[in-house]
Amino acid sequence: MKRTLAVFLTAALLAAALPGCGGSKNVVNVYNWGEYIDMSVLEDFEAQTGIQVNYQTFDNNESMYSLLSSGGSSYDVIIPSDYMISRMIEEDMLEPLDFDQIPNFEDIDPALKNPEYDPTNAYSVPYMWGTVGIIYNTEKVSSPVDSWDILFDPDYAGQILMFDNSRDAIGIALKSLGYSYNTTDETQITQAVDLLVEEKPLVQSYVMDQIFDKLEGGEAAVGPYYAGDYITMVENNPALAFCLPKEGSNLFVDAMCIPKGAQNKGNAETFINFMCSTEVGIKNCTEIGYSTPLLSVKEALPDEIKNNPVAYPSAEVLAGCETFTNLPENILMLYDSEWTRLKTTK
Amino acid sequence: MKNKLLGIPYIIWMAIFVVAPLILVVIFAFTGRNGGFTLENFSTMNQYVGVFGDSFLLALVATMACIFIGYPLAYFLSRENAALKGMAMMLIMLPMWMNFLLRTYSWMSLLEDTGLLNRLFQAIHLIDLVNVIGSSMAGLLNQPYEPIEFFHMINTPGAVILGMVYNFLPFMVLPIFSVIDKIDHRVIEAAQDLGADSTVVFRRIIFPLSLPGVLSGVTMVFIPSVSTFVISGLLGGGKTMLLGDLIQMQFSGNTYNPNLGSAISLVMMVIVLVCISIMNRFGSGGEEAVVL
Repeated sequence: MKRTLAVFLTAALLAAALPGCGGSKNVVNVYNWGEYIDMSVLEDFEAQTGIQVNYQTFDNNESMYSLLSSGGSSYDVIIPSDYMISRMIEEDMLEPLDFDQIPNFEDIDPALKNPEYDPTNAYSVPYMWGTVGIIYNTEKVSSPVDSWDILFDPDYAGQILMFDNSRDAIGIALKSLGYSYNTTDETQITQAVDLLVEEKPLVQSYVMDQIFDKLEGGEAAVGPYYAGDYITMVENNPALAFCLPKEGSNLFVDAMCIPKGAQNKGNAETFINFMCSTEVGIKNCTEIGYSTPLLSVKEALPDEIKNNPVAYPSAEVLAGCETFTNLPENILMLYDSEWTRLKTTK
Repeated sequence: MKNKLLGIPYIIWMAIFVVAPLILVVIFAFTGRNGGFTLENFSTMNQYVGVFGDSFLLALVATMACIFIGYPLAYFLSRENAALKGMAMMLIMLPMWMNFLLRTYSWMSLLEDTGLLNRLFQAIHLIDLVNVIGSSMAGLLNQPYEPIEFFHMINTPGAVILGMVYNFLPFMVLPIFSVIDKIDHRVIEAAQDLGADSTVVFRRIIFPLSLPGVLSGVTMVFIPSVSTFVISGLLGGGKTMLLGDLIQMQFSGNTYNPNLGSAISLVMMVIVLVCISIMNRFGSGGEEAVVL
């Protein structure tokens, strides 16, 4: 009896561990960032199309990439960021999309079509975009904030947060030195990390999502993060302010793609098209606070969001921003070893 | 025969989930990025000496702290009555029912400069007291004194060690407790009959007999401490990189490099194995200690 139960439980466990093994069932397997959708949208999709959604989440591009490249998964729709899309295109990991099945693509802001990461726009449909800026507590920061320099200012020693992620952190140092985010000049990168090493004694901690707690609770005074998350944070602590630095910043786009070998390509395209419809776009946008690439959605948003320069900066501000592109392998390895150098400096 | 059959599922489980992954780690460690045998993953490892040093040092301190807290706790518990023992074991296990990440995250809120503990210290005027004592001491020595507003606890190596001790202490207490609890009382009574006082009984009977438990505890605390990767990020402010962080970076960092990640894991495993076997050599009842 016990053994039968054990066998049954093991079988149930295995079945639960293998997503999308439904085979002939009418499903779509979606892999998105955590906290990056209005979950009720999925039920709407199931009700409307009869296609069942298996929804799973990841917390960074790299872990998504390593899962896909180790071949242990079968997803139909993935939502990576710009530079990761260009890497996956280069490595032939994405399926070209059939845009006849995605008529709502029409609604995408022309400025976001044919982006640098997907020049012929064959593989991706933008889902959300945003910028990285400085979030600071106006009760603790008295001087005007307009530059990345505040992250290197000894006046705020012990009050500064920094990205715990080499691409973003080194990127900020590169920008404040006046270089490009996508430089492949090794001396520029080393110089940027030297700057971060100098900054390290001033840094309270290197964080990712912990920044919500630390800025909202007043533990830290200033830190760089995503504009969409600032909009969430300021609801909890109205003393927080946001600034896009004058040196320019990072403009990122997360876009929907179909990985090579997807089992349900047709359903995936239906899903992508559904996500680009106006009502769904409004729901998602309201829920997560990031900026929408859909013109009709932006139009329908309340004025205070639509005209909020944090969520929708002016064209000239955006012109000063730069997207990440994929870096060659030797530079990625340099990033890792330089990041280790920063983290091991006492 | 029947007994052997019962062991089969366990053997299959071990083969699939322990032995096979270990073999994969070894294969990956000796493979280059484009396939083919290479030793390059190991020859570049000297740049991580600092990371190895920090991790082993912190894990060592955490393990020592666990022994100093866990041993007396286990010893005194084993002398209590059954009801109290059951209750105490329950209390020790209770936090483990909560998610590890959640527990560590809570420590972050507790230890912060504006965190709960510092607010408590302010409310009971402990910090004022420290300032009064500090300034009068400084006055006596003619030194300048800068009053503090809080105790700085978070984002220090001490906070990382605290996180390790808190999370792994049950793994020290439980094996020591179960060994001491099972010591035959007649042995102790015999020693007392022969004129041993309680110090001698502890030193010559209980302590040597409890060593296997201590060795298991050390293994079970040291190994997770040396390879942890969440605690340093949350409580250490991500300012020191530990082995776990380094290995994780190879898999989910910019460069997806499972080969280097496997090589570092392999070196770590070998060093841990060597440490454990040296320790077992010193401990008399070593063969009972759990390895792996």
